Amino acid sequence: MANATTASPRLTALPPATGRAGLAGTLRSEFTKLRSVRSTYWTIAAVVIVSVGFAAIAGLAIANNIHNNPVNKAGMDTTQASLGAFFELGQLIIAVLGVLVITSEYSTGMIRTSLTAMPRRGTVYAAKLIVFTTVTLVVSLITSFVSFFVGQAAMSGSGVTASLFHSVTIPANGVQNGPPNNVTFNGTIVISPGTVLTAILGTALFVTVVGLIAFGLGSIIRHTAGAITSAIGLMFVIPIILQLLPDTWRWDIVRFFPDAAGRVLSVTVGQHNPHLWSAWPQFGVTLVYAAVLVGVGAYLFRTRDA
Amino acid sequence: MTTPDAGTVSVDGQRYSGLANPMREVGALLDAKAVHGGRSAYNHLLCLAQTNNLPRKRVDEVLELVGLSEVARKRSKGFSLGMSQRLGIAATMLGDPKVLMFDEPVNGLDPEGILWIRNLMKTLAAEGRTVFVSSHLMSEMENTADHLIVIGKGKLIADCTMNEFIAQSSGAAARVRTPSPDQLALALAAKGGEAAADGDGTLLVRGLSTEAIGDIAFEQGIRVHELSMLRASLEEAFMELTADSVEYHAGVPDATASIESGV
Repeated sequence: MANATTASPRLTALPPATGRAGLAGTLRSEFTKLRSVRSTYWTIAAVVIVSVGFAAIAGLAIANNIHNNPVNKAGMDTTQASLGAFFELGQLIIAVLGVLVITSEYSTGMIRTSLTAMPRRGTVYAAKLIVFTTVTLVVSLITSFVSFFVGQAAMSGSGVTASLFHSVTIPANGVQNGPPNNVTFNGTIVISPGTVLTAILGTALFVTVVGLIAFGLGSIIRHTAGAITSAIGLMFVIPIILQLLPDTWRWDIVRFFPDAAGRVLSVTVGQHNPHLWSAWPQFGVTLVYAAVLVGVGAYLFRTRDA
Repeated sequence: MTTPDAGTVSVDGQRYSGLANPMREVGALLDAKAVHGGRSAYNHLLCLAQTNNLPRKRVDEVLELVGLSEVARKRSKGFSLGMSQRLGIAATMLGDPKVLMFDEPVNGLDPEGILWIRNLMKTLAAEGRTVFVSSHLMSEMENTADHLIVIGKGKLIADCTMNEFIAQSSGAAARVRTPSPDQLALALAAKGGEAAADGDGTLLVRGLSTEAIGDIAFEQGIRVHELSMLRASLEEAFMELTADSVEYHAGVPDATASIESGV
């Protein structure tokens, strides 16, 4: 800055263009954008810390409960317990990241600079979507597996830990007759590694798709606060409202909401809820919400003035 | 950014969004504050360069060009307006474009910054680039621009060189000092000039060039002690020309003088 008024240093000649600016460069650009702001690191760190931390706490609590009263072993879904925090809180934080990826461009005005550099809007939107989805999927898979392993490790020795490598048999029912250690179990539940893997992967995919729902809402609403509020409304508030509806018919509509997959994907023990579809079809419902919102967002991104 | 209500915009005969590598064709600085403040200057420029597949070392070069190398790793949130303008100009230079567009580049700058931008624009024009500058600052434009485009109420009002624009204005007059002003005034009037006495034997003549006035004086044998062109300022010329086409008469004229300097 000191010699600002002196003649500018000369720029060296640019190498000639190698083809047309397209998706490859824009993907690199969007990755640079994502990794060069602190909010990305804060949200990812929050997802990992909250999910893994609560998985450990839940594991310790289960181990303690079983130690105090072995009857609690019966029907214990430890996989779901380890994934619970990632499921409930992780999706919320990922939703914030999904919204910010797009709304921060509007709140800062960066969108005008971005679209000046790369005026092909479909390419910009696709690159944003691909980069966000990839990063979120990687973070979700890691978080999901680490939450599972840390959670199970925290309750090791309690006799109910689930495993990805061999089947685990736990008692189905328990009757306590007398003091806590005087328990009679009957029946067994076999948890296969495949069921556990489905829960871990399903949870990671669900959280990623919730991120896409938030991304779609962000590109439609374009305001950070409004989009985050909408995402919370869709994923958390509407389910609560549905709970308040009469039992006679609320179960018939619950399956059509995007959060319902959450009730089946991470479950490894117990009866299937007859009012919901099974894990993957129910996940498909969430996916349809994401596809519609991302699609509408894409249309608006291409057609609206920035 | 904005879909036109009517009409089309093309660069070298192509829509901007159809250009193979837009940043190599046009460098536009529309709003220096249109950056993500949480991103460092270096990363801001890098993410722009990557969209057009420009080499990474180009980012260091343009930072050097605008004098921001030392703060390249700092988040642009803390930048002054002048530093933001420099960052915006760095972005326009990434693709080494033939055409540059600066919207109000000197707004809010300190004198040093204004001088720097003025010199930079002249350097860029001297390198054979076309530099479009839009500004409401008439005196600044008078200092920098060669060619002038005036737009008022969405209509093109003028598209000519700076000298032509000022000469059209009635503010332009020749100043003649002579021992016999009355005689000269009559002679000039006969040739279509409009001479007004300005005291001390001085006439202000409109409608005739200094050459014509000199010739007329010579033919009539009238001694002339001084003959010079009084240039109207760009501001005077602008106000006169746009008097009918400003949108909001009570306020500041909203017509924009877009000034093209260079080729």
